[in-house]
Amino acid sequence: MTSSPVTEPSLWVLFRGQLRRDLLLAFGQPSELANPLAFFVVVITLFPLGVSPEPDVLASMAPGVLWIAALLATLLGLEALFRRDRDDGTLEQMVLQAQPLYLPVVARMLAHWMVTGLPLTLLAPLLGGMLNLRPEAQLPLMIGLALGTPVLVLLGGVGAALTVGLRTGGMLLALLVLPLFVPVLILGVSAAELASSGLDPSGPLLWLAAGASFAITTVPFAIAGALRIGVEVG
Amino acid sequence: MNYIPEGLRRLWHRMGSPRWFYETTGSWVPWLGVAAALLIGVGTVWGLAYAPPDYLQGNSFRIIYIHVPAAYLAQAGYMLMAVCGVVLLVWRMKLADMVMATVAPIGAAFTFLALVTGAIWGKPTWGTYWIWDARITSVLILLFLYLGIMGLRRAIERPEAAGRACAILAIVGVINIPIIQYSVDWWMTLHQPATFTITEAPAMPASMWIPLLLNVLGFNLLFALSVIQGTRTEVLVRERRTRWVTELCRQER
Repeated sequence: MTSSPVTEPSLWVLFRGQLRRDLLLAFGQPSELANPLAFFVVVITLFPLGVSPEPDVLASMAPGVLWIAALLATLLGLEALFRRDRDDGTLEQMVLQAQPLYLPVVARMLAHWMVTGLPLTLLAPLLGGMLNLRPEAQLPLMIGLALGTPVLVLLGGVGAALTVGLRTGGMLLALLVLPLFVPVLILGVSAAELASSGLDPSGPLLWLAAGASFAITTVPFAIAGALRIGVEVG
Repeated sequence: MNYIPEGLRRLWHRMGSPRWFYETTGSWVPWLGVAAALLIGVGTVWGLAYAPPDYLQGNSFRIIYIHVPAAYLAQAGYMLMAVCGVVLLVWRMKLADMVMATVAPIGAAFTFLALVTGAIWGKPTWGTYWIWDARITSVLILLFLYLGIMGLRRAIERPEAAGRACAILAIVGVINIPIIQYSVDWWMTLHQPATFTITEAPAMPASMWIPLLLNVLGFNLLFALSVIQGTRTEVLVRERRTRWVTELCRQER
């Protein structure tokens, strides 16, 4: 009996397929896409109302406010990261694939970042202007967000994978993930504040870049492990 | 693997059996209790009553006899949980999961104790109960990490899955702890109000640090006692369907 060679898709095809699928699904529901962005804008609007609309006060807290709002908006978007796939069984199929789970995870995280983190980064200068952020701090803020939001998405992905099967995922996810966000917050705000004072922001930005490269290479393993557990739960 | 001594290898294999752990530690508990009570008693009384007052802080420094052991055990507890997590994921040792489950609330309690005693120390020393400096903020974040692990374990119903999920979270957390501490420390050096400095204890005379050492040892033993007792309970709960546990319960009755 002749056996035909089993052809498995190559790793690149797997990665590309997962990425395409996730982007198509995300753009298929544009209202869901807009939610974290709308949240970002609304939260930022609350600060002049709740604290003070004076330009000097706003300028002094602009980096922090922008970063905290970005953190919270990312957190909001993490909720739905794996939930839909878990509900219709696709998550189990993903976990059962013969190829390493690392690749679909990286593709999923990339798609999620492109849909949440990247728009946040692009929207930030506009909102920074509204908060009277110094012009020289705009670029470091954007670079910081561009480097930091992948880390946020990855670390949040671990939390989302661990809580994917749970009914009470939301608040627990925030408790799990916000302490891990603290270094990114500190580095990002420092970069913007240093630039506001006319100093060189490259130190914190380089640290953010180091963190991003470390996170992209190692955290997907943790997410893959957590997904295997999360699939069994519930 | 033949550089590992035979005794250690045997110990490692034995730890795969929760029953062996239960039966072996049974005789340790009273000794640990007596030793811990003795050390903490002597250390506390000496430190509170007999050690000389600090030339800067007067009598308020005496809280370090509780604050220092609590803070140290808070950090060590999280490391222990991460080690248990690694052992659980790599070697699938059930006992590691049971220890991790026990350590979480105990470590969280010590963290809380460290924060409270720190606040009590802060009032006479800095004039305020709370201040956002590097160490307090790091310990507060450590408390959140502990609460996260406790919350996750409670949220997942099956104990095996809960154990593995907490193991992953503990490992991710322990890698992040130095990152968080360094970043918070650096942030505070940028923003530290120049009005006060953390009073580090300068070279302490023996009459001050010996009771501290006694208390540190005593609290370590207390921690070990609590973890052993808690793990023994966890063993009984998780192995309640086995014959040796039902026999034990029948005998106890």
